[in-house]
Amino acid sequence: MIPACPLASLPRGEALRLDVDPPIAVFHTDDGDIFAIDDTCTHQDASLADGWLEGCEIECPLHASRFDLRTGQVDAPPAKRPVRTHRVVVEDGVICVVPSDAPPNLPPGVTLKGQA
Amino acid sequence: MKTVCVVGASLAGLLTARALRGQGYAGRLVVIGEETHRPYDRPPLSKDYLKGVIGEADLALEGDGEDPAIEWRLGVAATGLDAAARRITLSDGTSIAADGIVIATGAAARRLPGTEGLRGVHTLRTLDDARALRGDLETAGRLVVIGGGFIGAEVAATARELGLDVTLVESGEAPLAGVVGLTMAHALAELHEKRGVRLIRGAYVTEVTGTGRADGVRLADGTHLPADVVVVGIGATPSTGWLEGSGVELGDGVVCDEGGGTSVPGIVAVGDCAAWFDPALGRHHRIEHWTGARQRATVAAATLLSGGTARPEPARPAYFWSDQFDVKIQFIGHARDADTVTVEEGDPAHNSFLAVYRQGDRPVAVLGVNQVRLFTRWRRHLETAPAQTG
Repeated sequence: MIPACPLASLPRGEALRLDVDPPIAVFHTDDGDIFAIDDTCTHQDASLADGWLEGCEIECPLHASRFDLRTGQVDAPPAKRPVRTHRVVVEDGVICVVPSDAPPNLPPGVTLKGQA
Repeated sequence: MKTVCVVGASLAGLLTARALRGQGYAGRLVVIGEETHRPYDRPPLSKDYLKGVIGEADLALEGDGEDPAIEWRLGVAATGLDAAARRITLSDGTSIAADGIVIATGAAARRLPGTEGLRGVHTLRTLDDARALRGDLETAGRLVVIGGGFIGAEVAATARELGLDVTLVESGEAPLAGVVGLTMAHALAELHEKRGVRLIRGAYVTEVTGTGRADGVRLADGTHLPADVVVVGIGATPSTGWLEGSGVELGDGVVCDEGGGTSVPGIVAVGDCAAWFDPALGRHHRIEHWTGARQRATVAAATLLSGGTARPEPARPAYFWSDQFDVKIQFIGHARDADTVTVEEGDPAHNSFLAVYRQGDRPVAVLGVNQVRLFTRWRRHLETAPAQTG
């Protein structure tokens, strides 16, 4: 489990990038839900934490594919593979991410640091 | 409707076909593509694909397991249309009648007259073009790029990164000046010059020299630029020749209303070949950007299925991106509407800045260079601002 940040320091509508490998993005939606997904768009190397959060969807800042934060599913090209989702728990006012065991869907040309 | 035929199997055609299914169309859906390939993404052809960072499988636009029940007719071109009968004739001698037609034939790269049959001269539009250019660049030392638009600037940057000696010949004062305005175009030009691209401004090409194979480019002032490979990036023309005399109104592309409807009921057009009416500009114009095709596919499908009664949402300002060297360039809006442009973040000298174009106090366009996060905020601001008309 990775402690991300105190709940109070991530306002609604904001995102946080965790510099793990591969990076994870944590989102606090306008409705007050918290989600975590891999930060890298599955199409090309872009940080989804820099994208636009609307409802439960994050729009990639480069090419505007939208990922559903609940399922990781993508709506339209250029991305075509879902982004990996992670479980989030809030303990004692701290947001924590439980990293997924599933393999990540990293874009072509992007590898895990350990395998670069 | 029992049969809908989509003519064109690239981004606009695929997304419109998908949108038709998404909006409940359950009849026969035929997609005709002149190329033999399944739909693929074109923007990487001048960038990561040309550089060899990604392969052909990465270009596929369709996801794994996707099955919108499309009947593909690939490797055949539409050669004619009988609009009254809604019958499309094909290059293999067959024809298809349909209740609804989506025209999505895109645009074709403009060629330089006199270079036909000369090896080593390339345009870049299709996967086959990119394969040929990639192969030619492997053994080349010197590249001359004619035209400083997106394709020209991106190919110049990619080839430089591959280690070639690159000269970019631009007829205007700076590459991309037509889209980002002259001030910012100069800033982007510096990026190329700092990375070793030789930029020749205000120059006209009179001929590509060589016998059998290109060996250089001659300019109007007599200068001869030796070259092993020449790339011609001088724009594209809408692929609407097959519609001549069909009854579908043509101008610079297929003339459409603001929902993609053509002059003929039951026929819509979308993508690079289509000139939609833009209420904000008060005229028809073609948007040759990826995001234009994406945004409009849904609208075109709704127009076709509703018989033209669907009310389209107001068009959003054009957004496009370009990757050159290690720089992500993003732009939204119309620079030509602006009175002023100011750098509001970063510094062009450090390849990271954001510039806002204003008409009076109103932002009308934004350029981001390696400012992804801030640009996203501005883009949404411009997209959600109430549309100005007139």
